[in-house]
Amino acid sequence: MSDLHVEGLVKRYGSHTALHGVDLEVGEGELVGLLGPNGAGKSTLTKIACGLVRATEGTVTVAGHPAGSRAARAAQGYLAELFRFPGWATADEVLVLHQQLTGSEKGAGERADLLGLVGLSDARERKVEEMSKGMQQRLGIAQALVGEPRLLLLDEPTSALDPAGRRTVRDLLVEVQGRGVAVMLNTHLLSEVELVCDRVVIIDHGAVVTSGRTAELVRPRGVEVETAAGRRVIEGAGRAEAPRIVAELVAAGEQVFGVQVLSSTLEDVYLDAVGERESTRSSG
Amino acid sequence: MSELLTGARIVAAHALRESLRRRVFFVVLGLTLAFGGLYAWGVHELFSDIDEFNGNGFLDAETLAGATILGLAMFGTLFLGVILAVFLTLNAVRGDAERGLLQPVIVRPLGRGAYLLGRWAAAAAVSASYVVVVFFGGVLLTKLFGGYTPDSVIVPALELAGAVAIISALALLGSIVLGTTANGVAVLMVFGAGLLVGLLGSIGDALDSGTLSDVANVASWVLPFEGLYRDALFQLVSGAVSEGGVTGALVQLGPLGGSHDNHALFPLFCVGYALVVGALALAAFRRRDL
Ligand SMILES: Nc1ncnc2c1ncn2[C@@H]1O[C@H](COP(=O)(O)OP(=O)(O)OP(=O)(O)O)[C@@H](O)[C@H]1O
Ligand SMILES: [Mg+2]
Repeated sequence: MSDLHVEGLVKRYGSHTALHGVDLEVGEGELVGLLGPNGAGKSTLTKIACGLVRATEGTVTVAGHPAGSRAARAAQGYLAELFRFPGWATADEVLVLHQQLTGSEKGAGERADLLGLVGLSDARERKVEEMSKGMQQRLGIAQALVGEPRLLLLDEPTSALDPAGRRTVRDLLVEVQGRGVAVMLNTHLLSEVELVCDRVVIIDHGAVVTSGRTAELVRPRGVEVETAAGRRVIEGAGRAEAPRIVAELVAAGEQVFGVQVLSSTLEDVYLDAVGERESTRSSG
Repeated sequence: MSELLTGARIVAAHALRESLRRRVFFVVLGLTLAFGGLYAWGVHELFSDIDEFNGNGFLDAETLAGATILGLAMFGTLFLGVILAVFLTLNAVRGDAERGLLQPVIVRPLGRGAYLLGRWAAAAAVSASYVVVVFFGGVLLTKLFGGYTPDSVIVPALELAGAVAIISALALLGSIVLGTTANGVAVLMVFGAGLLVGLLGSIGDALDSGTLSDVANVASWVLPFEGLYRDALFQLVSGAVSEGGVTGALVQLGPLGGSHDNHALFPLFCVGYALVVGALALAAFRRRDL
């Protein structure tokens, strides 16, 4: 049973259709990156999964329970794109509240563990209104982990974090995945996804345009050779073909100055998928 | 059921803690003490003037003065209680959702019904306790500084508490569809309009205008906090009214919305009204995308 199952999901806001029949799966303990341009529908999809927004059509289940049901809400942890905690509360009090709301009985030990995980151990008694935005975001991630959720839904959890903070979150994601938690990570930071996600789903204009295992999406794009005639790319060729290509060129009497295997980065895959490669190239 | 109550209790405790930390109660206490001081002074002055006034036997000046000033105090109490109730609930749903405060709480297992119940219970408990305490304070000061005791105190206190509990429910319902400012304005205007209609009704009673009285009576059912307030005014002076005469007629005219007794089933109606407002709020909240 998958931890998040989305089938034929349609969402209309009035006459505007934000999602046109999205299918998506997050397997048990899987870490899936959800990518897409601004307005693609990532947050809408995440909010439907956690029961904040109602689907117009389609089915969404969390750990086998209909999204938004009590059982589904008990199985999930969520961090919204735009969220705030009460300014008067301390980090510890925010976590206490969420322990009460989830019925977690793990007490101070769980809170200290979570604050440690996000690098906020020193800010336990600090009030939210006295925290920087990045500290609040870290607290938000800790809050989402209260009560040991099976599925973590994170909507741009690192948008306010400094590079060290992002690394902390990446390590944390790997760590919680090790504990068997499935994660859907919604972000614009492709490098982050490339580093930690098992699978990537790219949506655009409310529909899935590409999805697959990260390692398979990021694949060889060709071999570039530099000869007296200049550089050229042998499209579709991979590392294995490089010696043969060089041998053939030498046999044909050409001088080879350099050879390089090109692999497409996730950025290439992304820009191809959302059809912005050409416009980016021509404008840049 | 127990899950609903547990969730509501957590939400209510959180709302109360917020009011404590934000020093809401501190401010309210300070202003209320100032209000009490001014009131005591006013009562003292009023009754020392009355000692020199002889009602020619027609008028029981002490009853008239006591009922009028205590009625005024009751209006002030209700007004402050309503402000408290409105400010504790006015941003409960849309305002908090726009600021991003609501989402982390509402995705938890407690459910939307428990959230509404908790927010309502916190606001109603605070504002109802407030009006009861302040009203008893007003009665005590009137007795100490003017020697006047109203005909009834328990029933009016309960009616004031009911009125602010109903206002809390209305403000909570409003908070689902309206943003913070719009909801605050709307609820206070509904409150003001209710009292105004009550005042028109008492003028209608005095002038024997059936239409005006009918309008006021309809308003008491549509906006039952108004009916509760008018009945509370009536309860203060029920003895004098039943004795009749000039005093009876004058005290019934009352300050700021004349007194008027309610139908015997009115309290039951008020409970039903609050339940309907709660059900409407839940239905609206369930349909709302956050
Ligand atoms: N409450 C709403 N009412 C009407 N339209 C909405 C609402 N919320 C989102 N939309 C629309 O739905 C579409 C998807 O929005 P969504 O917030 O899901 O995008 P996103 O992929 O998260 O974008 P971003 O990367 O900017 O966060 C957009 O066209 C947006 O204008
Ligand atoms: Mg978004």
